[in-house]
Amino acid sequence: MISAPAYDLEKVRADFPILSEEVRGQRIAYLDNAASSQKPRAVLDAVDHVYETGYANIHRGVHILSERATEHYERSRRRMARFVGAQSADEVIFVRGTTEGLNLVASSLGRYALREGDEVLLTGMEHHSNIVPWQMVAELTGAKVLAAPVTDRGELDMDGFRALLSDRTRIVSVVHVSNALGTVNPVDEIARLAKQRGAYLVLDGAQAAPHLRLDVQALGCDFYCLSGHKMYGPSGIGVLWGKKRLLEAIPPYQGGGEMIRTVSFERTTYAEPPAKFEAGTPNIAGPVGLAAAADYLDALGIPEVAEHEARVREYAESRLAEIPGLRVVGTAREKAAVVSFVVDGVHPHDLGTVLDQEGVAVRTGHHCTQPLMERFGVPATARASFGLYNTEAEVERLAAGLGTALELFRP
Amino acid sequence: MNDALRDLYREVILDHSRRPRNYGAMDAANRQSDGFNPLCGDRLRLFLRVEDGAVRQASFVGDGCAISTASASLLTEAARGLPVEEALTLVESFRRMVAGEGEPNGEALGKLAVFQGVRDYPTRVKCATLAWHTLRAAIEQSGETVKTE
Repeated sequence: MISAPAYDLEKVRADFPILSEEVRGQRIAYLDNAASSQKPRAVLDAVDHVYETGYANIHRGVHILSERATEHYERSRRRMARFVGAQSADEVIFVRGTTEGLNLVASSLGRYALREGDEVLLTGMEHHSNIVPWQMVAELTGAKVLAAPVTDRGELDMDGFRALLSDRTRIVSVVHVSNALGTVNPVDEIARLAKQRGAYLVLDGAQAAPHLRLDVQALGCDFYCLSGHKMYGPSGIGVLWGKKRLLEAIPPYQGGGEMIRTVSFERTTYAEPPAKFEAGTPNIAGPVGLAAAADYLDALGIPEVAEHEARVREYAESRLAEIPGLRVVGTAREKAAVVSFVVDGVHPHDLGTVLDQEGVAVRTGHHCTQPLMERFGVPATARASFGLYNTEAEVERLAAGLGTALELFRP
Repeated sequence: MNDALRDLYREVILDHSRRPRNYGAMDAANRQSDGFNPLCGDRLRLFLRVEDGAVRQASFVGDGCAISTASASLLTEAARGLPVEEALTLVESFRRMVAGEGEPNGEALGKLAVFQGVRDYPTRVKCATLAWHTLRAAIEQSGETVKTE
């Protein structure tokens, strides 16, 4: 195992209880981190701690437990503001995950900014969650949804992107890191181009958050969405960051308790952000677990994590290159910890089943990116995606499992 | 390779997935139906020639995993010559076998019993049943793409 001395892989692995679970007599090589990551003890404890010491509904009770719960919740908001580089905690909206964040932006920004004939520019590598919400609001407003092309390497075709950008472009919404290919998109350049045209920029950061240090202000975007469960936090919690003046300007997403100032049958007035976008009793313990995940990542150091993952990914790419008939889909120059591949004569779904029997967890399918699969002319791929606890020994198990699959399926 | 994998991927299944029988469009078909599994992207189109209340000929084209391809291939062999009521009964027997509902009717299923192992792989049941749902749709001529999700 070649690991930099600064990165204590053994110790990191010991932080994740599930990694010592045995299934069919062996530990699982968990290589499905782009779908969801496992949770360190610190996150599990932080969530338990809320329920054990300070749980009640927030923002309304006068009693001590409500006060404590509110403090847990709002402290987590401040922590996540720091994690994404927000100007203030009021810019952080807690949502269920990236999907809800993108739906919120598409619905509220869409209704605010889009008129008939306006255009929303996406890319050909978007997750369905950054396509369908825009189609829904386009139908409502008469706007059009366009997608910039993707090159054979799986990079954004910047000439194609520039060609589609026009004065009709009101919103640009782009994935920061592709879930299916691992491509890291040139968001600085995209931000510069969008700004030139006066378009709003929305970034889908679901895959970026666990691998890249975030600074939403430096990125130059208007909205940024992430999911807790992909960055070692709990599922069902995520962050939507938005520029304060835009959060003030756009209409609310859901109506209900907490998001109002006054309600009457004649006229209702809304609360200020972030409350304006957090109708109803939220996920109260989730943000605390998410803040603990942010602490965990920052303690390890995101650059150190990324360096470790890059080493494991490059090792995987070199091992997979030795397998005859295997083709990696997505060979971008800037890549996060994802290797998507197809193997001649073996369907990804069968690969997934064989690997599962060998104790190796990968994802197979279209990864919620059907247009991208179409672009590469494949119905599906197998995808190994790495996290901060993966090892080169696990890559060896992947390679061995692929050997078993070839033995089985190739005559 | 472990026994569980051998139980799922029996030789007959591997053989039919590598060399599917009755593969190709059928000019003489008077029924056809499409099947699609959105989960894994498997697609197939089933062609039938139905005369005097019986399936005279069956063929398919498509793109799918070993289980779904072998299932479609074996289906085209099993359905040939069956009265449509018996073909529909076979669809149900097959579905029950791979879903693990009750004891499989070995006599009716014959060679199709090689798919018994699928019952231990809940995520693969839809791969095995895709062609069979499509057969039912073709016989009933619903004309809609069958989805197994």
